[in-house]
Amino acid sequence: MTWTDSDIAALVEPDRAHRKAYVDPDLFDLEMERIFERAWVYIGHESQVENPGDYYLARVGRQPMMMTRDHNGEIHVLYNRCPHRGAQLCSARQGNAGKRIRCSYHAWMFNLDGSLDSIPAIDGYDGTALKIDGEDFQVQKAERATNYRGFWFASLAEDGISLEDHLGEARAGFDQLIDRAPGGETEVVGECFHMIQQSNWKIFLENQLDASHPGATHESTGVAAMMVERDIREAGEAPPMSYGFLSDFARLGIDGWGKFGTVGHPNGHCTLEGYMGLRPDDPDTNEYVKCMYDAYGEDRAEEILGVNLHHSLIYPCMSIQPPLQQLRTIRPLGPDRTLSEIWHFRLKDAPEAIYQRALGYYYLVNSPSTMVNADDLFNWWKVQHGLESQGGDWVSFHRNAGFDVIDGDLRKSPDGSMSEMPMRHMMHVWRDYMTANGEGA
Amino acid sequence: MGEAAEKLTASDPFQMAEVSVETQLAVERFLHRQAEILDEKVWDDWLALFTGDGHYWMPAREDQTDGEGMPNIFWENRNMMQMRINRNNHPQAHSQAPNNRLCHVVSNVIIEDEAPNGDIIVRSRFHCAEYLRYEVRNFTGKYRHVLNKSDNSYQIQLQRVDLVNREGPYEYVLQWWL
Repeated sequence: MTWTDSDIAALVEPDRAHRKAYVDPDLFDLEMERIFERAWVYIGHESQVENPGDYYLARVGRQPMMMTRDHNGEIHVLYNRCPHRGAQLCSARQGNAGKRIRCSYHAWMFNLDGSLDSIPAIDGYDGTALKIDGEDFQVQKAERATNYRGFWFASLAEDGISLEDHLGEARAGFDQLIDRAPGGETEVVGECFHMIQQSNWKIFLENQLDASHPGATHESTGVAAMMVERDIREAGEAPPMSYGFLSDFARLGIDGWGKFGTVGHPNGHCTLEGYMGLRPDDPDTNEYVKCMYDAYGEDRAEEILGVNLHHSLIYPCMSIQPPLQQLRTIRPLGPDRTLSEIWHFRLKDAPEAIYQRALGYYYLVNSPSTMVNADDLFNWWKVQHGLESQGGDWVSFHRNAGFDVIDGDLRKSPDGSMSEMPMRHMMHVWRDYMTANGEGA
Repeated sequence: MGEAAEKLTASDPFQMAEVSVETQLAVERFLHRQAEILDEKVWDDWLALFTGDGHYWMPAREDQTDGEGMPNIFWENRNMMQMRINRNNHPQAHSQAPNNRLCHVVSNVIIEDEAPNGDIIVRSRFHCAEYLRYEVRNFTGKYRHVLNKSDNSYQIQLQRVDLVNREGPYEYVLQWWL
């Protein structure tokens, strides 16, 4: 169907959203056009293209893009399309193109910044409209591409809000990911897990700050981890700290997650305050804190470590968990299919044990064998399945609705609640993106 | 690097050791029994297949030489295995209910190395069909086992599993070992 702005606006009410927002293919196309192909979308970290000639593929909305590093060391975001006959230029997920990118079809050669270098038997173009430096014969660049401290984004809209203004205070997620490194730099670990969620992209975002699900969804994993921790203690040993990431699901129960506040930011971003032992009192953490003191001085180190942030959700495309040195980005493939990339990072000059802890989380929560995400993925698929049915039109976000605490341009959940404020907030921003000719909130 | 990973790295992956028919048969029987234990979900027997420090390892990349300290698809010692068993048997393990059905075939069994004390390094290929919620999914790949000789049989010090599609993307989450 053709969706008018008022049709779309009617899908979002203060405390609920209509199921069609999650399942309608025409709305999905509009979402790609008005949100993902306009807003700032995450491409990747600069260290994914470390060397000249490197490229890394990314998808922005429906567009196949690639991040490249040219031989002057500059990073570019290009459409992965040959301007000659339209063939995809780079086919592997990542690689090094060498001095130039060669199209496999007719051997047109391009520099890593997308400019056309040469065409075989070029005299065939004598007297034609082809110009080697003509705009139509270069690999097209993303309309806008820039980075925040090494994290690259692209926007396929010529004009709009700057990346820094778009991120606003939610950029603290990136700051934390970098500043928590005693060496002042974070390095992406080369291996990225790719998972396909058989569900709408919004369901993933909604789950990230959903305080009332962990104790229910992950009960079996929490109990299983607690049992093993008990066995290990009974044998007189100490269980690995990473097991606590799982046993917390049982330890906190269903209603124990309200103590972690959530905040809604402009442009749809959301943050979750700290949990999961941001600063546990154990020898590894204490050694790490000492490294931070040595690197930054006590005051600055305390300022960095004192930021109470577990989770930064950057609308519409990513979730950062700085204390766990992890980042996930989503690439919608269809109304019921979403690709997620899961990355983790090493903090430069931090003790190895700090990386091991992050690796433990990466493995236990996000590897292709995870017991945790297995239950999330299944729930999301079941939600998708239910929303495709006619068994009800609305998705309820009523928990603590009407009780958000407004603080300047921030919207906060009431203390001690497991408010569904983040879901309401994101759907309201969704409506604004979808109805304001894509101008955003 | 762990001792077993070192042994595996040092072993020539194209080597074919000259072994007796009895040894070949005993190793094949062991691998077939492991596959059956997985298919029939006999978890006490599964844990007993591994040495106290044994690991089940599915690397994320082909060129990995160790599971410790880097991302893996599986990297599980007996504690982690016990956790997975506890979890999949828990009544609230909703994504795994009803539990899957597995069918393994293990073949192309080539003993790479037989140490004087009877320890073995063996490679093989597997195919596994998983039935879950009206769908069949197929997994295939290569096993390399580091086996310690014990009494009349073997115990696994390290099992490396290289899935042909290891880089994904994964449309599923592997909840049992393959």
